[in-house]
Amino acid sequence: MTDTIFAISSGAPPAAIGIIRISGPLAGSVLEHLSGRDFEPRRASLTTLKNSRGLPLDSALVLWFPGPETATGEDLVELHCHGGRAVLSAVCEALAALRGLRAAEAGEFTRRAFANGRIDLAEAEGLGDLLSAETELQRAAAMQMAGGIFSAQVDEWRSEVLRLSAQVEAALDFSDEDDVSELPPQFAQGLIALSTQLEDWCSRPRVEKLGEGFRVVLAGPPNSGKSTLFNALIESEAAITSDIAGTTRDVIERNVAIESIPFSFVDTAGLHDGSGDQIERIGIERAQVELARADLVLWLGPEGRGPDDAWEIAARADADDFTPKSKAQFAVSASTGVGVQELKLALVEKGRDAMPRPGEAALNARQHALLSDALDALLGAQKVSDPLLCGEELRRARAAFDRLIGKATTEDMLDALFGRFCIGK
Amino acid sequence: MHDFDVLVIGGGHAGVEAACGAARMGARTGLVSFDLNAIGAMSCNPAIGGLGKGHLVREVDALDGVLGRAADAGAIHYRMLNRSKGSAVWGPRVQADRKLFKAEVQRIVHAQGSLALIEGEAAALSLKRGAVAGLELADGTLYRAPRVILCTGTFLGGSLFRGEERFEGGRIGENSAQRLAAQLREAKLPMARLKTGTPPRIDGRTIDWAALPEQPSDDEQWTMSALTPGRVNPQVFCAITRTTEASHAAIRANLHRSPLFSGAIDAAGPRYCPSIEDKIHRFGDRDGHQVFLEPEGLCTHLVYPNGISTSLPVDVQHEMVRAMPGLAAAVIVEPGYAVEYDHIDPRALTPDLQLRAIPGLYCAGQINGTTGYEEAAAQGLVAGLSAAAEELGAAPPALDRANSYIAVMIDDLTLQGVSEPYRMLTSRAEYRLRLRANNASTRLTPLGLDAGCIGTARTEWFEAREASRDELTAIFDRKLHSKLLADADLPVRRDGGEKSVSEWVRHDGIALADLQPWIDEDLTQNAEMLAELAEDAAYAPYLARQEAELRDLRASEGLGLSHDFPFSEVPGLSSEMIERLTSAKPPTLAAAGRVPGITPAALSALLVYARRWQAAA
Repeated sequence: MTDTIFAISSGAPPAAIGIIRISGPLAGSVLEHLSGRDFEPRRASLTTLKNSRGLPLDSALVLWFPGPETATGEDLVELHCHGGRAVLSAVCEALAALRGLRAAEAGEFTRRAFANGRIDLAEAEGLGDLLSAETELQRAAAMQMAGGIFSAQVDEWRSEVLRLSAQVEAALDFSDEDDVSELPPQFAQGLIALSTQLEDWCSRPRVEKLGEGFRVVLAGPPNSGKSTLFNALIESEAAITSDIAGTTRDVIERNVAIESIPFSFVDTAGLHDGSGDQIERIGIERAQVELARADLVLWLGPEGRGPDDAWEIAARADADDFTPKSKAQFAVSASTGVGVQELKLALVEKGRDAMPRPGEAALNARQHALLSDALDALLGAQKVSDPLLCGEELRRARAAFDRLIGKATTEDMLDALFGRFCIGK
Repeated sequence: MHDFDVLVIGGGHAGVEAACGAARMGARTGLVSFDLNAIGAMSCNPAIGGLGKGHLVREVDALDGVLGRAADAGAIHYRMLNRSKGSAVWGPRVQADRKLFKAEVQRIVHAQGSLALIEGEAAALSLKRGAVAGLELADGTLYRAPRVILCTGTFLGGSLFRGEERFEGGRIGENSAQRLAAQLREAKLPMARLKTGTPPRIDGRTIDWAALPEQPSDDEQWTMSALTPGRVNPQVFCAITRTTEASHAAIRANLHRSPLFSGAIDAAGPRYCPSIEDKIHRFGDRDGHQVFLEPEGLCTHLVYPNGISTSLPVDVQHEMVRAMPGLAAAVIVEPGYAVEYDHIDPRALTPDLQLRAIPGLYCAGQINGTTGYEEAAAQGLVAGLSAAAEELGAAPPALDRANSYIAVMIDDLTLQGVSEPYRMLTSRAEYRLRLRANNASTRLTPLGLDAGCIGTARTEWFEAREASRDELTAIFDRKLHSKLLADADLPVRRDGGEKSVSEWVRHDGIALADLQPWIDEDLTQNAEMLAELAEDAAYAPYLARQEAELRDLRASEGLGLSHDFPFSEVPGLSSEMIERLTSAKPPTLAAAGRVPGITPAALSALLVYARRWQAAA
């Protein structure tokens, strides 16, 4: 028989309330044991929870969801307790003491939902992202996945590939019939239309971008004001600043959300040709690496000497020795705050373009790789003249779609996937 | 003491392969037929092979079966279908003279050692504790045998329909094995009904051949069997005609008289081979349908008009036929008819074609819901080899979806069941690039040798052929510079650089023979093996890509679901899925994935439950 599992499903205590979820065949009897009464399904009721010795644990709001129409597909109970550490650990202890009950493993609730057919793989992945979402954009993108938009889209592509495959197979298996011996002229168009759609999806920003943030690297020679601007941008004192050139010897990275766009700001060691000490040289090497990884470089050095596509920033606009740049996008003074707000707004606009758009499902790396496989197969199908090979490429595309929504299940893949979930989700 | 290890009932294509296959394995085998002279009769059209079916003929042949050799002995017309497409879907097909075909089958059957031919009507199975113990004939004779293979075709409750006429029986003029059928019904096997049809036979002397386009026999001298040295018969030509508006009008006016439309037949017929009245009814906008006129033999005037199978009344058949070009004066010798017959739901069978309900009883051929000589022969072979192997404590050839069309068919039948007569199609084989009709010997003969079902002649032929393999393979590793090829006006870029022969033959417009100037060996020697190696090279990138997929497949083939696996207890499966899984009893997780209607989520649920169940067991 399936174990009954439980875990704290809200965030780490202490908090105003703490929700404990119990899922499995014993969920109903556990609730009865704790409360001494029956509950109407799907209605919130206030009750006193007691342990096996009859001592009260907490006064809690409880919900009873009989399976299989529940989030996990099993009988499910939610205990909305007071969110203090002591209360929650007392309830959990009482649960752990019951026979047939055990604490859930990471991702186990979602795994059960998947195993019981309540969600498919793409939805499970979306749920994983949703649960770890930190910004509004991340949450919205994860919602699209969890809501099954992507699964529905894959289904649509799959049916289209099936339709195209059917035409190829007819030409192969019924070539002795006079009406299907050649591929119809619309076939090539259908193939192109489908691969264009996939190309569009593959070129969209990926969901990881939401987690990693739009990467903005501040670069320039020593003492050009990078760290001061960095601090102004992240609105804290994360980086150490001083007037001595070469203070920032390593790379400092901070993640912040500005207007719900996730950013990763990177402060680098000053770039100069001088042979400073060894630590500084390493810092400079790392800075070069960061420049290559950047989505955008803010260049605080001499005009025209930064990387291509960098934004020219005229920093320290308040300083006495301020040298304006002729083509500076922004003149800022971090210490007076001049121009910083304008820069932030421009960054938000730029960052938003690089993020999955709200209302659009974004792909993660696994989904992107499989979709690229499917695209590769569809492009391959356009290159071959033999319908047999065309059929093989379409079969490969179908297989990629199947894997996208979880058909080719290997336990490794499932373990890897479900291992991402926090306990209790 | 048993009288036989294996008894086969029926002398059609399935029965012959089952009996000869079991005997080649060394089992003491008996073949029971109520007319020994009817063994090897071609009951329907004169064609053997075709798209998908040609693969089956070659595979049966590679396991030293009878069909390919008999087809060559009877062949009066050879045609390689799909030649304009990739070689993996080429479909070798012959038209065979019925008499010559049958004579060769009879010769092989009589020459086969360890095989007794028994004339009589199979009346009833002898059962002991629910398992097969022998067979009782209508005259009261009882043969004791632990394994019986039913290859009874449409004899199982067959009914013939032609217009308003009805007949009982399988083929015209033969008895139906009604007593045995009744016994099978008592066993409460899952049964269903299918229909099939046949066109009217025309007297070739009344056809105006000169008015029709000819389809000659192929010039290329290929044969069906690897053991046939060359063509033995004079070659005839087929002709092509079409139905006309007048034919269609005659059919339309009389649709109500066809048993298909009057409601007399409600069984499902094949979608890919509909009767002419079905075609007119469903594709009303078409002004004509192609009809192939196939001669039935050298010493007969009968012609088989392929494409107009019908159960319309005789007068309508005449009207329809005479409205077609070249057939204005045609005389119908034997009118067409429809056959409705019972078959066993093949999901009741294990992958070796044994009935789960009656251990020791095997079923092969049309009785399992298939159509066609080739499908029947391939099943007969599997049943014969499996039954013999089990009795002798040996292992039959290890066939799977990645090495044979035979296994694709058996897997489809036993997991998915049938909703129309099952016919082999290349699209059913997901790994068809590696399953070519041309490489059947390479794929299967070694498995046959391991299993012990290959006779001396083929063993010697195969060893001689394989002896040259390494030497010929080396040719494909040679490097040639693009300049050489470009200078000889081959369609390559001069600056393409140096590439191996393997890579060059993948180019569009370059065949192995084009490279002869730079290859020392004479490529016209060992042409057959070289063609196979060239095809391997051409498909190599695609085959390499499939490797990962095959590893996954074999991994999930490795997760077994035992025969008592409780599908109904797996959480999250719909009742329909539970019903389908319980009927098909997939032996592995991979097989479960091929049961229709099983969704990805269901498969994951199955995987998780199976692991847990295995751990608990």
